[in-house]
Amino acid sequence: MKGRKLILYTAALLFTLVAPFIMPDFKTQLATLWLMIIVALTWDMTGGQMGYNSLGNIFFYGTGMYVAAVICIALTHDVGAYTNAFSGQIYTFTNAEYFTGVMVGILGAGIFCSVCALVIGYLTFGLRGPYFAIGTLGVAIAAGELVSNWDWVGGGQGISLPVYPYDLEQGKVFFYALFAGTGVLLFIFLRWLYTTRFGAAINAIRDDEEKAEAMGIHTLRYKLTTWSIAAFFVGVAGGISAFQLIHFEPLETAYQTINLGIFMVVCVLLGGKGTLWGPVIGAIIFHLFKEVTWNYLLGWQWVALGALIVITVVYFRDGIMGWLMSVKPEWFGIRVEKKAEDAMQEAGT
Amino acid sequence: MSSIIEIRNVCKAYGGVVANKDISLDVEEGTITGLIGPNGSGKTTLFNSVVGYHPIDSGSIRFESKEISQIHVQDIARLGLIRTFQQTRIYKAMNCVENMLISLPHRKMRFLESFSRNNATDFENADRLLEFVGLYEKRFLLAGSLSFGQQKLLEFAMALMNEPKTLLLDEPTAGINPTLINGLIDRLLRANREFGITLFVIEHNMRVIMNLAQKIYCLAHGELLAQGTPGDIQNDQRVIDAYLGAH
Repeated sequence: MKGRKLILYTAALLFTLVAPFIMPDFKTQLATLWLMIIVALTWDMTGGQMGYNSLGNIFFYGTGMYVAAVICIALTHDVGAYTNAFSGQIYTFTNAEYFTGVMVGILGAGIFCSVCALVIGYLTFGLRGPYFAIGTLGVAIAAGELVSNWDWVGGGQGISLPVYPYDLEQGKVFFYALFAGTGVLLFIFLRWLYTTRFGAAINAIRDDEEKAEAMGIHTLRYKLTTWSIAAFFVGVAGGISAFQLIHFEPLETAYQTINLGIFMVVCVLLGGKGTLWGPVIGAIIFHLFKEVTWNYLLGWQWVALGALIVITVVYFRDGIMGWLMSVKPEWFGIRVEKKAEDAMQEAGT
Repeated sequence: MSSIIEIRNVCKAYGGVVANKDISLDVEEGTITGLIGPNGSGKTTLFNSVVGYHPIDSGSIRFESKEISQIHVQDIARLGLIRTFQQTRIYKAMNCVENMLISLPHRKMRFLESFSRNNATDFENADRLLEFVGLYEKRFLLAGSLSFGQQKLLEFAMALMNEPKTLLLDEPTAGINPTLINGLIDRLLRANREFGITLFVIEHNMRVIMNLAQKIYCLAHGELLAQGTPGDIQNDQRVIDAYLGAH
């Protein structure tokens, strides 16, 4: 079993490394796939592992975009003048300025978002269940509206960033590498985190928060830390997206609550909440489904997507991993108390 | 011997219903103290007040001479005052060992230590306590698939894993097979003697509480009706009347 797992992980890693070269026409789609995996995995940290269904994680994506862009610009230019659409001035970035801006911007986005999560979490973690979902959704929508009226960051026009300075095909590989690197790092981190006492504590909060409190677990501290780590990675992903997309605007790209904000939840539900592989599998299937319907069912693509969401939520609530766990519990080391009649049947055969 | 829990003039009302009225009692350190009373007499309300589930209307509750009536559930739990629930609460989607490991005393742990895996001692402690309550054979089974009585034993073991100074048990024998009750009484006594844990127990089963407690308080209609040794309580006409509905 141990050996088989190692082979699986090595194969997955190798595929990640060679994918953009054996499928050169799909570099951007593959990069977006990694984005989906990152947002699904981070959503599952609170939604699946901790039982707090946030609809506001897209806030960190949008904020990450803006923070990365503003940092990149501010390193060499005046942000207010840069984003002023009527100035007509042309701004240039040297290669060194561009790459410094990208790296510092992405990291800054992650750090800023994790601080935001601490503040928002402190205010919203008193809410439970659907109230937390709606509360966080409200934060994301409000942030989008506020930013779209903030002229210093370009208002409703958004921000245009410099283009990758070398060959654009190479640029696609560059952004793929950033997304894939972040995703692999996140996966390895979570794989370790869920085996620690920290992982056990957030699972306890999910299963029975009152009991966890009664046992003296610092619930708020764990909730804030979890969301803050999740927000860091979503912020980083947002930052990378900002440079990959070159131009973005607040409502449809950055704070896209009804698109990516919902997609990440659907990915996790499809793959299986509260499992390590569920969000990954869910994101892959969802992204394939989306790309296929957008290509071959044009005009009906939103209907097909809606149908997928409805089917997942109504008939497939535990997702693929959850279904596997109930069919083949022994694969996951789950054992249940044998009921008397089962035991008798077994003795009879 | 000193009192570890001191309850003084505690009142608690839910709207017009007075659940606890001017209750004063003491739990001596290192002893087993019982709390009895007919249904609806305010026993669980008093427990909830002690562990901070709701604010009290007036009065004072002290644990190790520290006023705790104003602080939160988690902070009280971290002082070493742990409770079990009448409707058993365990983490049903995890197996018994995982349930035990989650119950490690977080008050004795620095936050950064939570970013490490459980060490061999933790696993040994979990196994030893599961053995103590008689669930060792079932330790890898999903907790939710255990019978109600076994879940109660697991919750008791989880409470012990937390290394509390004082344990508040809300009806530990309710729903447990009568043949297992003797074993449970024995384990409660051993937890008290060997681990030095002070026990404060709500119990309906008179045989159990009479064998267990050194001192018993009886509540009726939210008021403290009687107190004394098991012998005193058994012969107290007011207690008998309360249970028969004469009060």
